[in-house]
Amino acid sequence: MADEKILLELCFGTTCFVMGASKLQEIESIIPPQYKNKVEVKAHTCLDLCKNSTYMKAPFVKLDGEIISEATVEKILKAIERKIDG
Amino acid sequence: MDNSNTTHIKREVLVRLIHAFINQEMGNVRELPFQMRPKNGEAPYRCCIYKERAILRQRAIAGLGLSVETDDEMTSLNTYAQQAMDRTEPEKEILTVVDAACKGCVPSRVYVTELCQGCVARPCVSTCKFGAIQIKDGRSVIDGDKCKNCGMCMQVCPYSAIVKLKVPCEDACPVGAIHKNEMGHAVIDFDKCISCGACVGACPFAAVHEKSQVIDILKEMKAGKKVVAMVAPAVVGQLPVSVNKIAQALIESGFSEVFEVAQGADTTARTEADDFKERMERGDEFMTTSCCAAYNELVEKHIPELKPFRSDTRTPMYYTAKFVKEQYPDCVTVFIGPCVAKRKEAQKEEYTDYVMNFEEMGALFVALNIEVANCEDYHFANEASKEGRNFAVTGGVAESVKVALKDFPELFPTCVNGLNTKSVKDLKNWAKKGQCPEGNLVEIMACEGGCVAGSACLNNKRITTKKIQAYAGESKCINDLPVIEPKTN
Ligand code: SF4
Ligand code: SF4
Ligand code: FES
Repeated sequence: MADEKILLELCFGTTCFVMGASKLQEIESIIPPQYKNKVEVKAHTCLDLCKNSTYMKAPFVKLDGEIISEATVEKILKAIERKIDG
Repeated sequence: MDNSNTTHIKREVLVRLIHAFINQEMGNVRELPFQMRPKNGEAPYRCCIYKERAILRQRAIAGLGLSVETDDEMTSLNTYAQQAMDRTEPEKEILTVVDAACKGCVPSRVYVTELCQGCVARPCVSTCKFGAIQIKDGRSVIDGDKCKNCGMCMQVCPYSAIVKLKVPCEDACPVGAIHKNEMGHAVIDFDKCISCGACVGACPFAAVHEKSQVIDILKEMKAGKKVVAMVAPAVVGQLPVSVNKIAQALIESGFSEVFEVAQGADTTARTEADDFKERMERGDEFMTTSCCAAYNELVEKHIPELKPFRSDTRTPMYYTAKFVKEQYPDCVTVFIGPCVAKRKEAQKEEYTDYVMNFEEMGALFVALNIEVANCEDYHFANEASKEGRNFAVTGGVAESVKVALKDFPELFPTCVNGLNTKSVKDLKNWAKKGQCPEGNLVEIMACEGGCVAGSACLNNKRITTKKIQAYAGESKCINDLPVIEPKTN
């Protein structure tokens, strides 16, 4: 478990980007050093979560498959911390 | 705009209004605040959902292009939606303050923090010319009635214990046009306001709104008009895709054709180069550029002495719109950009009909479910130059004039990178003396960094600056491009 990385999936599709994902573009450089090499970051164009009327919950991010809606830098960092430190 | 929460709320309101228009549900707009904050739901930011709904209601008023200032709080959003549907032109004043959102800021004042050590020297007491400071219980205390907010005590305190509480919008305004009234709401004095948008970006509650013209534009499309989009050079990089894809997404949103305002920037550069040469040859000391709409408002309202030094050249938006209207006399022109002041400029000239900002463009794509990354590459009918495409970045305009002038060794360009109280003062001084010590071609941009820092951008200016420079880098030099003429038949 110790050297297994957790997967952070960001969405830069149009809906997510407009609704706030633009602020998540530099998240990799903000992840605190103690977590940095435990997180693998992947970018997508549309995670297919924004269709129908769910757009208002964008931007979406997935952390090890778990969906974070209305994602902000603070929310993501907290979730990473919780995942790693338990 | 760097606050995720307010960005999200503002844009969600716009998306919902556009949705309502498209689905012909403008008669139900009054439900918008309830849909966003439903019964038994949470109030994520304010004291309760009732307050949040009141704020959302006012944001929707601004989104419909109307003033919050004249709202009586009783009128239904449905009535306002009807007004928006019925009007034939947008309202004159282009900004409005959502007073329900604006309350967080205490009036600007000088304030003693608990760092005060009650020192024996007490330089604050002896420095204050107005006798406003006394020592009570071993601490310095400011009498608000006597204090004139001069800040002298702040400078002399050896512990830096005295601070000035700022009101962000007031502090950002370069011309002192926005102030809190007795009710504690910010009020804009439109006689002074130069529409720079600094307050829009500075308010942490996003209380200052542009009055949107999105409904007006959608109405024109629905009426079957040929609606043409003119995208400002700063559009490059607003979304993480190529500008050709953004243009195609505009076509899919209902625009008939898309033009780059960079083509008009080429006309501006060439005209300004001729103007500069003529002025220098007749012995003028300096010339300022004239493409920034907020700077032009500044000159009209606050520094008329600068008029003789400002180039007579028209803006890239003007030349582009003129070109488009000559080519399609019956079309409707929409400028798409990051800027508040362009709305004012559009009202004053005859060729640009509407202005849509980048946030509204983004909201349009979201409402229509357009994934821009999956759009084809749009082919622009006209080619713009490297220099024209660089207009959105500080220094770009001066550089374009320099290149267009080819060989003119007497040119010394300089940039006023952002209007603020200091640069406004400098400009006044130069106008008074009739001289500019920094150079003879003065580029002026109201936003620090250029149009990429406009208040309605979707992406951050560092990223867009790089994208614009890369895009410009692939383009031809202005001197290698033919002058284009409208195609008329
Ligand atoms: S920054 Fe200005 S507009 Fe915003 S809440 Fe404070 S006083 Fe109101
Ligand atoms: S738009 Fe600019 S000039 Fe007008 S009130 Fe806001 S900061 Fe001041
Ligand atoms: S754009 Fe992010 S889920 Fe669709």
